[in-house]
Amino acid sequence: MTLGEIKKSLLAAAWFMFLTFPVMVIKVNTIQKTVEWHWERLLYVAVGGFVFSFLWRYFLRRKQGGRRSAAPVETDEPEAVPAFQRLIHDRRFSMPALVVLGLFVLVFPYLFSMYQVNIMTTALIYVVTGLGLNVVVGVAGLLHLGYAAFYAVGAYTYALLNLHFGVSFWLALPIGAALGSVFAVILGFPVLRLRGDYLAIVTLGFGEIIRLVLENWNDFSYGPSGIANIPRPKFLWFDFSLEQSAVFIYFLMLAMVLLTVFVTNRLKDSRIGRAWIALREDEVACQAMGIDIARTKLSAFVMGSAWAGMAGVVFAAKTTFINPASFTLWESIVILCIVVLGGMGSILGVILGALVLILLPEYLRAFSEYRMLIFGVVLVVMMVFRPGGILSEVRRTYQFKEGLSKDGSLS
Amino acid sequence: MQPILEIRNLCMDFGGLRAIDTLDLHIGQGEIVALIGPNGAGKTTVFNCLTGIYKPTGGEMLARSPKSQEARRLNGLKPNQVTENGLARTFQNIRLFGSMTVLENIMIGRHCRTSAGIGGAIVRNRATREEEKRIVQDSYDVLKKIGLARYVNEYAKNLPYGAQRRLEIARAMATDPFLLLLDEPAAGMNPQETDELNELIIGIREEEGITIFLIEHDMKLVMSLSDRIYVVDYGKKIAEGRPEEIKRNPAVIKAYLGEEVDA
Repeated sequence: MTLGEIKKSLLAAAWFMFLTFPVMVIKVNTIQKTVEWHWERLLYVAVGGFVFSFLWRYFLRRKQGGRRSAAPVETDEPEAVPAFQRLIHDRRFSMPALVVLGLFVLVFPYLFSMYQVNIMTTALIYVVTGLGLNVVVGVAGLLHLGYAAFYAVGAYTYALLNLHFGVSFWLALPIGAALGSVFAVILGFPVLRLRGDYLAIVTLGFGEIIRLVLENWNDFSYGPSGIANIPRPKFLWFDFSLEQSAVFIYFLMLAMVLLTVFVTNRLKDSRIGRAWIALREDEVACQAMGIDIARTKLSAFVMGSAWAGMAGVVFAAKTTFINPASFTLWESIVILCIVVLGGMGSILGVILGALVLILLPEYLRAFSEYRMLIFGVVLVVMMVFRPGGILSEVRRTYQFKEGLSKDGSLS
Repeated sequence: MQPILEIRNLCMDFGGLRAIDTLDLHIGQGEIVALIGPNGAGKTTVFNCLTGIYKPTGGEMLARSPKSQEARRLNGLKPNQVTENGLARTFQNIRLFGSMTVLENIMIGRHCRTSAGIGGAIVRNRATREEEKRIVQDSYDVLKKIGLARYVNEYAKNLPYGAQRRLEIARAMATDPFLLLLDEPAAGMNPQETDELNELIIGIREEEGITIFLIEHDMKLVMSLSDRIYVVDYGKKIAEGRPEEIKRNPAVIKAYLGEEVDA
């Protein structure tokens, strides 16, 4: 601990004190119309900032030190696989872990309160949308900022079809997915020639168009007041109570997550999936190698958006009320955060990302007004120390051995 | 025999700049033809026009597959359609898929010769599995031919420079071309790597019967390798002929060395 470091940390502490001064120290009591000054909190911030800055530098140094020592070592392995990654791909460990996890999610609704089941269902909805967006952003590398629009398409599909034609939830599910895909094609055609930032702006505009249409076309979507009394899903002839219904939707979402994981995993590891990855790597080379990039981009959009459509239908059925306020840009950003924070392209990472991003703010309610502050700090720390996401993608690559045609084991 | 590639009166304008000016060129089956010229002469632009990256503003480009003998106009085709028609290219600045393995890079090359779709990928039926197996096997065969088999499971970005250049050629070969367009394949190579490249290119011509059209600055390689050479300067063809003729051609010497000015 040198003098210079102490000086640096003192500076950081002073900076923290300055930054948090308005939130931490001044408290306006609106009832008595007085201003309370919590000076003692400034001390906590100073001490916290001082310690935090030391920890920060320590971890940053460790991270860089690790990288430096790893660089000159040339191994035959394509890339060093982190210990945790090795662990999840080791069957002796992953099999029992999967069984325990499976049992836990099965008994979850009977162990915990309705509130817990409900937020978990919401988290699962985000898992499905996150996995869908992962195909577009993580695998095919197309930055998409209007994803909530497809979610809205799904939700309004169910709400409107049910309102006008009495279409049941189960029929609305595939229709929602199909309409999500149709809208993906509609969006896809104009953006096929764009990439990167330009694509992001156009998709952003598209998302806003859908939301504004829903907000202003009163005759069609009932405007900002939304649609209420959307029926919850029924299963055969059972009539669920409110509680049973919540449990049922929980299991339904669980099944949908499994389906999404299965399908996206298989897509990634296929001829189409390889084309998506090649598209992400280098568009010009990809096209020069005979891949029709228009079709490949479109297929990524369609395969990604269908999930949002389906998740939208479940969302409408779960909340029984929808209005355009649920499908703002913020929603798209949250889903994008899930993908980036979880680890672009990594299925397990995206699942973890969704659970962290959706459940964390809920459980942080205990900290009331500091909830979003803590949440923001967690995001910043995550991205500084793990820029690849919680679980950065370690792609399954083809391990070729002469005589053996294909072995899809981990590299 | 009819040429497999014919370029007539090709023009390419960028605004007011004429990058290619009424270029005529033809390549016969089994030839190794080089396109040379000073920097900025428009060589890569010719490749970009041929492979559909640029749309030429004038002229005609015809490709005739040696198998079907059927002439196909290349004007207006997209890059992937050109590749499907049997013309494959490499890039001057290496454009590999860095975070894919060497084998996967080649597998991308097989994409346009295979057909499994989204449905097949999800249900993974017998036809899809068979096709995947075939893609892997074919890709490995290509790697063996090019001499990259020992790198099969490496990430492309981790390969040594010379091997990356060869991988570009291997990836182009995987698309089953009849004409291979190589854009400065020897750029940045040391003399030994260049010699190996020389052998490789001759091998591709002899064993696979693939015709080769290359842009190159390494004159030693060009002279020893090519059957015929085209020289362009300021987008215009200034000479064509066998290597010995080109070496002696005064217009070529002038373009490369400049003209003596009488004071």
